[in-house]
Amino acid sequence: MSVRAAAWWFVAPALLVIAIFFVLPVLAALALSLTDFDLYALADPSNLRLVGFQNYTRLLTTPLFWQALGNTLYFVVAGVPFSIAVSFGAALLLHSRLARFRAFYRTALFAPVVTTLVAVAVIWRYLFDTRYGWLNYALGSIGVTPIDWLGDPHWAMPAIIVFAVWKSFGYNMIILIAGLQSIPAELYEAARIDGASPWRQFRHVTLPWLSPIVAMVSILTVAGYFQLFAEPYVMTQGGPLQSTVSVLYFMYEEGFKWWNLGSASAVAFLLFVLIFAVTAVQLRVARWQSAA
Amino acid sequence: MPGLAGLIVNGLLLGMAAVSLFPLVWMLAVSFMAPGEASVFPPPLFPAHPTLDNYRQLFAQGGMARYLVNSVVLTTAVTVVSLTVNVAAGYAFAKLAFAARDRIFKLLLGALVIPAQVAMVPLFLLLKHLGLVNSYGGVIVPAAASIFGIFLVRQYALAIPNDLLEAARIDGASELRIFGSVVVPVLKPIIVTLAVFTLLGTWNDFMWPLIVLSDQELYTLPVALASLSREHVQDHELMMAGSVITTLPVLVVFLVLQRSYMEGLMAGSVKG
Repeated sequence: MSVRAAAWWFVAPALLVIAIFFVLPVLAALALSLTDFDLYALADPSNLRLVGFQNYTRLLTTPLFWQALGNTLYFVVAGVPFSIAVSFGAALLLHSRLARFRAFYRTALFAPVVTTLVAVAVIWRYLFDTRYGWLNYALGSIGVTPIDWLGDPHWAMPAIIVFAVWKSFGYNMIILIAGLQSIPAELYEAARIDGASPWRQFRHVTLPWLSPIVAMVSILTVAGYFQLFAEPYVMTQGGPLQSTVSVLYFMYEEGFKWWNLGSASAVAFLLFVLIFAVTAVQLRVARWQSAA
Repeated sequence: MPGLAGLIVNGLLLGMAAVSLFPLVWMLAVSFMAPGEASVFPPPLFPAHPTLDNYRQLFAQGGMARYLVNSVVLTTAVTVVSLTVNVAAGYAFAKLAFAARDRIFKLLLGALVIPAQVAMVPLFLLLKHLGLVNSYGGVIVPAAASIFGIFLVRQYALAIPNDLLEAARIDGASELRIFGSVVVPVLKPIIVTLAVFTLLGTWNDFMWPLIVLSDQELYTLPVALASLSREHVQDHELMMAGSVITTLPVLVVFLVLQRSYMEGLMAGSVKG
């Protein structure tokens, strides 16, 4: 058998799986979002009708969809900078020459990343408990009156953000540490010879070197945070007063609870377009920054 | 001054490590408490009389053994199948010439921006049509190849010297033999890394198993735990034991294989 023929045997299984179980469904999602596919069509496909953009226009007049979009944006806009700031701080601390037991700390700070999201969400639900939770107990010791974290519509999303940051900051921390380690020592050497203070070294050596890595990390984190689902599913079931319904949570209920599969596909597509647009803007900004 | 700075750096690290680990340690402690013991103020740290009753109850009445088996079987199957498929494809994209290779690879990379959730509704209908909804196959088949896995292997395989492959070909070895006895040993580090990524990702996955496995007999641990925690909101101790069973296996795998996991993460991010 020629190398060429053999090559096809090596890639064929992967390409077939991706084509049939990913590319085809993505294209079908677009088609499906233009139909009224529901429980009746699930039972008998002849009930299926093309409805054009009706799913989209109906979604855009559904208050809960807007609320889900707003909640998700809140989660992204507040959660991503918070998360990256914590990752960055942790990376700087771990990279510091003064840090001891680095291997231990690195593993400890990374551990939440590999835990099972559902399991740790269950733990945090109890940590957030109004009466018996550790968080209110700790805050109480400095005089804060108990907060109904997951039961108050104003606090539920901040609580989920705190949890999400705890769960995920270690991932970006590792990438930023790799970035810090890749900075040539000569750059700091030269800055020191020029008499630059540690702060100026940080400002003029560390930050410019890391900015492309921070840009990449932000783009990936934003795309990831837009896919909020399991946290509200386990911790709040979208409540209270739908303050933690995310776009994906809305899609899940629309599709797999009410079986409005046409409408759920439209939600998925809108989310994709939104993520794509935000990513494109971020790439623009990153490129403009690196050119400046 | 250096003494003070060192104190601040190490103090902050200690504080962050405490916040990172406390929920996990507390989970373990509460899982050994008697029913109701954790629901007092101030919240207790250690069980007064450590007991395995919560674990016993989960396995005897909660069907935990069944969920554990489901998670182990599915994670093993997905890891083995997808490693085979992705390593073969990643190697071919790096080292074997075939028509439109680079164009196909670029298309695959472009598809990386599409979130998996976009495909979920039609994928569900497709698998229903194929009779795979409510079966292990519904989880395994769509996960059998991953663009990210192919990409990771390809980046690593680009460094394999062509001479090595040519020498084997001149010796008359078949392409399959070259793959098995030359390529796979060279790729071993990236195979281990990808195996750990896949294993952790599959074990922890929630949304897709929740959708495709509606029969309770087939639940994986995360799906079962989410459903149990909706039923048993007040049973802190029982739920903590469930969380331990769900997340301890992956934490142990990570601690054992963390070197290859971290190195893979760093290599993939900075070079890629």
